[in-house]
Amino acid sequence: MGTVLAVLEQRDGTLKKVSYEVLSAARQIAEKTGDVVHAVVLGPPETDVTGLGAYGADNVTLVGDGRLELYQAGLYAGALVESVNAAGSTAILLAATALGKDLAPRIVARLGSALASDVIGLDYDNGIIAVRPVYSGKAIAKVKLSGAAPVVSVRPNAFAPLSDSRAGEVTQVALGEGIVARSETVQVKEPATATLDVAEASVIVSGGRGLKEPENFKLIEDLVAAFGGDAAVGASRAVVDAGWRSHAEQVGQTGKTVSPKLYIAVGISGAIQHIAGMRTAKVIVAINRDKDAPIFKIADYGIVGDLFEVVPKLAEEIAKIKQS
Amino acid sequence: MKIAVCIKRVPDTETRIKIADDGKSIVEAGIKFTLNPYDEYAMEEALKLKEAAGEGEVIAIAVGTDSSQETIRTTLAMGADRGILLRMEDAPHDVLATARILATELRDGDYDLILFGKLAIDDYSQAVGTMVGELLGIPSVSAVATLTISDGKGTAEREIEGGVEVVEFALPAVITADKGLNEPRYPALRGIMMAKKKPLEVRDVSWDSVQVELLSLELPPARAAGRIVGEGVAGVGALIEVLKSEAKVL
Ligand SMILES: Cc1cc2nc3c(=O)[nH]c(=O)nc-3n(C[C@H](O)[C@H](O)[C@H](O)COP(=O)(O)OP(=O)(O)OC[C@H]3O[C@@H](n4cnc5c(N)ncnc54)[C@H](O)[C@@H]3O)c2cc1C
Ligand SMILES: Nc1ncnc2c1ncn2[C@@H]1O[C@H](COP(=O)(O)O)[C@@H](O)[C@H]1O
Repeated sequence: MGTVLAVLEQRDGTLKKVSYEVLSAARQIAEKTGDVVHAVVLGPPETDVTGLGAYGADNVTLVGDGRLELYQAGLYAGALVESVNAAGSTAILLAATALGKDLAPRIVARLGSALASDVIGLDYDNGIIAVRPVYSGKAIAKVKLSGAAPVVSVRPNAFAPLSDSRAGEVTQVALGEGIVARSETVQVKEPATATLDVAEASVIVSGGRGLKEPENFKLIEDLVAAFGGDAAVGASRAVVDAGWRSHAEQVGQTGKTVSPKLYIAVGISGAIQHIAGMRTAKVIVAINRDKDAPIFKIADYGIVGDLFEVVPKLAEEIAKIKQS
Repeated sequence: MKIAVCIKRVPDTETRIKIADDGKSIVEAGIKFTLNPYDEYAMEEALKLKEAAGEGEVIAIAVGTDSSQETIRTTLAMGADRGILLRMEDAPHDVLATARILATELRDGDYDLILFGKLAIDDYSQAVGTMVGELLGIPSVSAVATLTISDGKGTAEREIEGGVEVVEFALPAVITADKGLNEPRYPALRGIMMAKKKPLEVRDVSWDSVQVELLSLELPPARAAGRIVGEGVAGVGALIEVLKSEAKVL
């Protein structure tokens, strides 16, 4: 029996939501291969890794070390490669987050294995079969990975967390001696007000040039607030380039690729490069005063109208539902 | 400073993709190809660093077919000093294979810095640069939006979810460029004229083992036809209703 390794991500000692999705993706393979799902967490010794059996982990290793609090590329890659050797892995799964996208190619280069990035679907047939968007989401590739320990990074929100009941027994180990870092993360600068990242939110309200002025993003922020904790503000490139919003919020080809449950595009025309970033959203809503705007071609539901009237009303109605 | 910039020829972002009859490739006829947008940021950064240092050499390196010569010429027109095409008939779908070819080329090149784009907008792997750094055993920082280099050391900032990571490293190093790093210059007419005379070396290469096999390429499933639920404020009620009962997302 082999192992499917699920690499879980923590921030400030708390596991990120996307980690449960990685476990779910790992289970999907393990069900086909009969392997066990082994979760690995790299973080400070006090990281809470209990209860992961309920999300599909057969067992859990915490590589606990104060130096692993921030993402340290060399230490993380070194520690993981040790876990892989120890476990004889059928596959290694990570989340396609900023961390996962940096870490995955490192372990692939060190192990000489195969990589599939930003995967939205998985199967197994004498090897991992991964489904992944290419050409900015304008095409979908299906690839087969061969060789030992192939690595897959899964796109956030593409796999739903499971509810399971497994042992999830935790072993804590120390960071291996002699693992070297060639660079050092010295700091993470966080914005004064912590906001949910657009790539991780399950509801996204994005604003575009139709808002006319940066101050009017208040309307977008109010609608996001009405949804509560799980929503985030997104932006088109036009407003990011104009300096109204930060690049961190940009959705699209040169911004983030998102797959939320609900995506609301407000005053966004729907350029091909924007659509590239959000077409895998489960439900798309567009609010635009131009009934011929291309965004309506991919939206599930649309309102043709002036966003300055529609958005405040929508925020009011959503707030009512969320409060009841 | 001797700086290498690895560049890729990719379909223009406006391109509508058509799948070829083999079900594994795209129809290239009629497609406009360009320099990968993230590689433009990498090239601009290299040129800026060379200009700031007042001396040095910027070398553009591409793995690809003969048509990549045109893409290399674009970077020569921007200001790169020379180009190298590592020529092959068709590209592997295994990014590690590409990374190995580049690492072999770069290993003994005595580069102070090796720059990549964060991501190639065709294969969307976001991997090659970081892999090359590992294969060469030198520091690498990916998706960099701010870069400072001085006295053989560097500091890079990269965007992460809800924050910015600050990373320190020593040269030589690999950096992959994100949007925001700089504003790429457009080749001026003079640059375009000069590019024609700059050296572009072409060498044939091949890859050995490939562990990623492309099974199929398809267009994304068409989204079911949507509908306009209403006009103006009057549409809000209808929208709430469908989000609740039909889409079940509220
Ligand atoms: C290489 C490259 C990469 C790119 N990457 C990205 C990317 O990652 N993300 C991205 O978004 N774009 C990207 N773009 C840019 C893209 O092509 C578009 O220019 C951009 O998406 C347009 O932004 P917008 O929809 O906000 O603005 P516009 O196209 O100007 O649209 C504004 C919309 O608002 C509507 N509107 C105006 N007033 C109102 C009102 N009162 N009420 C309701 N509606 C109103 C208008 O009808 C219009 O549809 C890229 C372009 C290139 C060349
Ligand atoms: N065939 C290639 N030739 C040269 N550089 C490449 C090639 N493929 C990828 N790269 C570089 O690696 C970066 C990331 O590509 P990828 O990992 O494929 O998304 C690109 O932005 C280029 O800088």
